[in-house]
Amino acid sequence: MNTEPALRAAPAHDAAGPAPEPGRTNRTAPGAAGAGPGPGSRAARRLLWALPPVALLALFFLHPLALVVRQSLQPDGGGTSLQPYTDVFASAAFREALWTTVWIALAATAGCLVLGFLLALVIAFVPFPGAKALARFVDVFLSFPSFLITLALLFLYGRTGMANGLWTQATGAAHGPFDFLTTPWGVLLAEVTYFTPFVMRPLLAAFAQLDTAQLEAAGSLGARAPHIVRRIILPEALPALAAGGSLVLVLCLNEFGIVLFTGAKGVTTLPMLVYGKAILESDYPGACAVAVVNVLISVGLYGLYRVVSRRAGA
Amino acid sequence: MSIRFDSVTVAYDGNVVLDALDLTVAPGEVMALLGPSGSGKTTALRAVAGFVRPASGRVLLGERDVTDLPPHRRGIGMVVQQYALFPHLRVEDNVAFGLKARKTPKAEIRRRVAEALEMTGMAAYARRHPRELSGGQQQRVAIARALAIRPAVLLLDEPLSALDARLRSGMLAELARLHRELPEVSILYVTHDQMEALTLADRIAVMDKARLQACGTPQELYRAPANAFTASFVGNANLLPVTVPARGAVLGDAELTLDTAGAAAGARATLCVRPHLVGLGEGPNRLTGTVREIQWRGATHRLYVDVAGHTVRADLPELREAPAHGERITVHFAPEDAVLLAAGVSGDEH
Repeated sequence: MNTEPALRAAPAHDAAGPAPEPGRTNRTAPGAAGAGPGPGSRAARRLLWALPPVALLALFFLHPLALVVRQSLQPDGGGTSLQPYTDVFASAAFREALWTTVWIALAATAGCLVLGFLLALVIAFVPFPGAKALARFVDVFLSFPSFLITLALLFLYGRTGMANGLWTQATGAAHGPFDFLTTPWGVLLAEVTYFTPFVMRPLLAAFAQLDTAQLEAAGSLGARAPHIVRRIILPEALPALAAGGSLVLVLCLNEFGIVLFTGAKGVTTLPMLVYGKAILESDYPGACAVAVVNVLISVGLYGLYRVVSRRAGA
Repeated sequence: MSIRFDSVTVAYDGNVVLDALDLTVAPGEVMALLGPSGSGKTTALRAVAGFVRPASGRVLLGERDVTDLPPHRRGIGMVVQQYALFPHLRVEDNVAFGLKARKTPKAEIRRRVAEALEMTGMAAYARRHPRELSGGQQQRVAIARALAIRPAVLLLDEPLSALDARLRSGMLAELARLHRELPEVSILYVTHDQMEALTLADRIAVMDKARLQACGTPQELYRAPANAFTASFVGNANLLPVTVPARGAVLGDAELTLDTAGAAAGARATLCVRPHLVGLGEGPNRLTGTVREIQWRGATHRLYVDVAGHTVRADLPELREAPAHGERITVHFAPEDAVLLAAGVSGDEH
């Protein structure tokens, strides 16, 4: 096991300069070693194992991505230009969609962090019967499709949903008061509901690691529960919050099903804009340009998270 | 401040883990709760700290009944085996934690943190994080953190168990020094190690099977244990079943002379004699048997001698000519070194 890093480093070493001594040339780059026995052929075999996943990745992920990028650079008029991008950036619809996407994603992430932290606190630290079952349900919840939540919310708060039904029965009014599902607030509610377990999962894992003796020590030192949460639990949960939060942020930026299912006409996010341009307007270059922007935002945020989390020593 | 257990019973799911404990720790006294694991000693300590709620009975600190008070209102310093330092806080912030929670003025916090770190010899490490410290240093910080709030009562739950043997004896001396510097602080010290209890405690409460077995000064418990468990757990005594005729006692065919006051004639009793008080050769109370096992321990030899079906352990100063395995030898002990206990199960042998 110990020799592995050295072996892996060897080809790079040899490639960087002339082979320093005969003994070392044995471990030359995998291609040059041929089929003979020895470390070279082992490296070659390792490369062979890496080939299928790389090929699959290229075929199913990188190639379509490249196609999207290429399409975004080929306006309908023919030739290659940045025309689709300048068109997209100039349109008010795009700027509005960008703003809607970002603020809903940020607000949903904030909501998920607050709600998820509070719920995870209760599940982890307040002893009540069924806490374990509830924690397990969080896992199951993660496997649900996102539109399911939206459907459930429609049944509850939709124009003809249960809440409005009860209201009209009770008051005799023609319409119920709940009409927020088709607004950005409806999307926000659905996203917070659906993505909160994504924050709770890492939090519950982090809380399980927390030494209860620390909480007891804090208590005997005179700290009340809120003080313990703020000064002991929260600091130690920060890496888990950062991990869950950044995951939710990226997922919210790219969320499509929830926005579609709420049927909110006024709420156009970037994925909805891509859908509209590609399917409804058949404007493929425009759709691809928006898609590329969406991908760049996601990757950029992810990169930012990695940099920040490494700074924080997580 | 005194600590008083007034018939404290603790049960989990109907399982009694502490059975009607009555015990008082005087102000400024060091009381060791000594017992094997599962004896209820840690439960007793946690009842004082407020982490377990007695099913019945009261816990009093001084004149104050704290049974229904939450931990943060008891004003107790506590140190546990695994230190339980806050990993994300520097040493000085760990020590300041209790003071900040009590909203102590900033200048006062600085002064008392410095004082507590000085007292535990950790002043040079104030800016470090706990993970940058050794186990012994971490335990010093934990002690400083507990002392910073100036508690009248200090609870120590196996504070040295996570340290290696050499560090342990150093820390033991350190704790004794701290108590000399803070003579008004009452200390409840939970341990399974009789050496720690004998060294540090003013009095020892011996616990077993959820009950208090005996309580007294180390000397009392060592010289005149109240029962077989105490005799065995403190000082690892020889426990031999004997019958008590009109005078003296009989073990096998050996007639022994000793103080039998309190034992009814003809009764069965347990003879308790410390291994290091057993001598080799002829003497007042002779026991003859076969050497079953002989261990050289550097300064001493330990002999296991089978006498009338029972094993007698003898710790002897290193012998120039040790008896051989299987040899028949005679050992003896002075009448004043033996104690008769009510007949009971003999303790486990170590």
